[in-house]
Amino acid sequence: MMRAVRVAAVAALIVVTITLQLSVFDHFALDGVAPDFALIVVVAAALVRGPEYAAAVGFAAGLVLDLAPPADHTAGRWALSFVVVGYLAGLAKPEGDSSWLGRILLVAAGAFVGTSVFALTGLVLGDPGVTVTSVFDVVPRAVGYDVLIAPLALPLMLAALRRVQPAERW
Amino acid sequence: MALHDRHAGLVDRRRARTIAGLLVLASVTIVTLDSSAGASPLQPARDVVAAVLGPIEDVASAALQPITGLPDHFRSVDSLRAENARLAAQNQELAAQLDAAQAAQNRSDEITGISAMVDASGFDVVAAQVVGIGPAQSFSRTVTIDAGVDQGVVPDLTVVNASGLVGRVIAATADTATVLLIADAKSTVGGRIGESMELGFLDGGGDISGDGNLELSLVDHTVSPRVGDTVVTWGSHNGAPYVAGVPIGTVVGVHSSPAELTQTATVSPFVDFSSLDVVAVVTGVQKDGASTQPPASAGQGTTP
Repeated sequence: MMRAVRVAAVAALIVVTITLQLSVFDHFALDGVAPDFALIVVVAAALVRGPEYAAAVGFAAGLVLDLAPPADHTAGRWALSFVVVGYLAGLAKPEGDSSWLGRILLVAAGAFVGTSVFALTGLVLGDPGVTVTSVFDVVPRAVGYDVLIAPLALPLMLAALRRVQPAERW
Repeated sequence: MALHDRHAGLVDRRRARTIAGLLVLASVTIVTLDSSAGASPLQPARDVVAAVLGPIEDVASAALQPITGLPDHFRSVDSLRAENARLAAQNQELAAQLDAAQAAQNRSDEITGISAMVDASGFDVVAAQVVGIGPAQSFSRTVTIDAGVDQGVVPDLTVVNASGLVGRVIAATADTATVLLIADAKSTVGGRIGESMELGFLDGGGDISGDGNLELSLVDHTVSPRVGDTVVTWGSHNGAPYVAGVPIGTVVGVHSSPAELTQTATVSPFVDFSSLDVVAVVTGVQKDGASTQPPASAGQGTTP
């Protein structure tokens, strides 16, 4: 019962985050690149509970991003990217209390891996929007923007996740 | 104790690897299912998510208008940016108040512009507001609007604003719809050069952000487009997906290579995609007073 409530709470966090990301923070996009709060949730999940939990949160958040309007790409691409980000971030997370610099570096690495995996799947599937030029344009700016929002967004997400999911082993 | 901890850590790691592996497989399966030819098995899921999240995006976008208006106020065209900054510095105290009023004024100007255009062109339109914008990180250019099937918006309808052609509807739920902007790399529009009436195709340049220039290739390679020519839609049977005569943009550069059969030109669109707000969906064209509806046979949520 408690478990179901926790899952529902995390699901609600994901849905609210992504809705705000698509309808409010899209206005804060710098030349198209918008802040990716869903990615911050996945990295926060990795910091709170480790790779297994973060991969599951990543899958759920990615799937919502794939299906929520105005998404037009093949579904499953963000899900795949965020599973990889969650798992790797969970493995890379240092034991014990990590420094803030370390956490922000983890966001940077996560943003880089996430956007790159998404772009790669686009190349494989022949998405005409994914070109070498657009990838080299978008990926660095996406990483930069996510690092910029991390000092504000990451503590919020960490607090929210710790509230719904008290640390078990970590 | 330490040994036990390490053992538990190893078991955890193996478990995490298995779960991550399974989730990767699940994602790949979804990608495969969704990219298979024909109707996607994911479409029902997409419709459900759109039906739930679309209205929430709509409400969130409206409720937080004073906040979201802030960056829009400072962005739009580069040339306005410096002026905006100067104005903002002048009356910082009134900034918040001003932004709200300014956004409302812009919106009302936009609506006036659209209705003037509609009166002149004889289109039946449904006005809608952009409530969600896809990020460049997804490498596509799509927006969500707050009008759907209940308002008569179905896939394959033309979307315009006061400046010109915006795009076409690719999916619709009861209250929201997704619009593919003409700047998207997947978009192709039949265009006609206003001066010479020559026909061509405008492909989205794949420019993921910013102005989103289009590439125009002419059908007749003996004709060369000139810089400054205006390009309008050529239109197709029953006005789907594009009605005829909507201004698209102006030719800003012409390229020709001996290897290619057709001349290509770069077209700068009239619409500023980075500051889209109020748009109009063309649901019909009045001919001699009588209104002909484009085919509304396309079902809910289908993509062409």
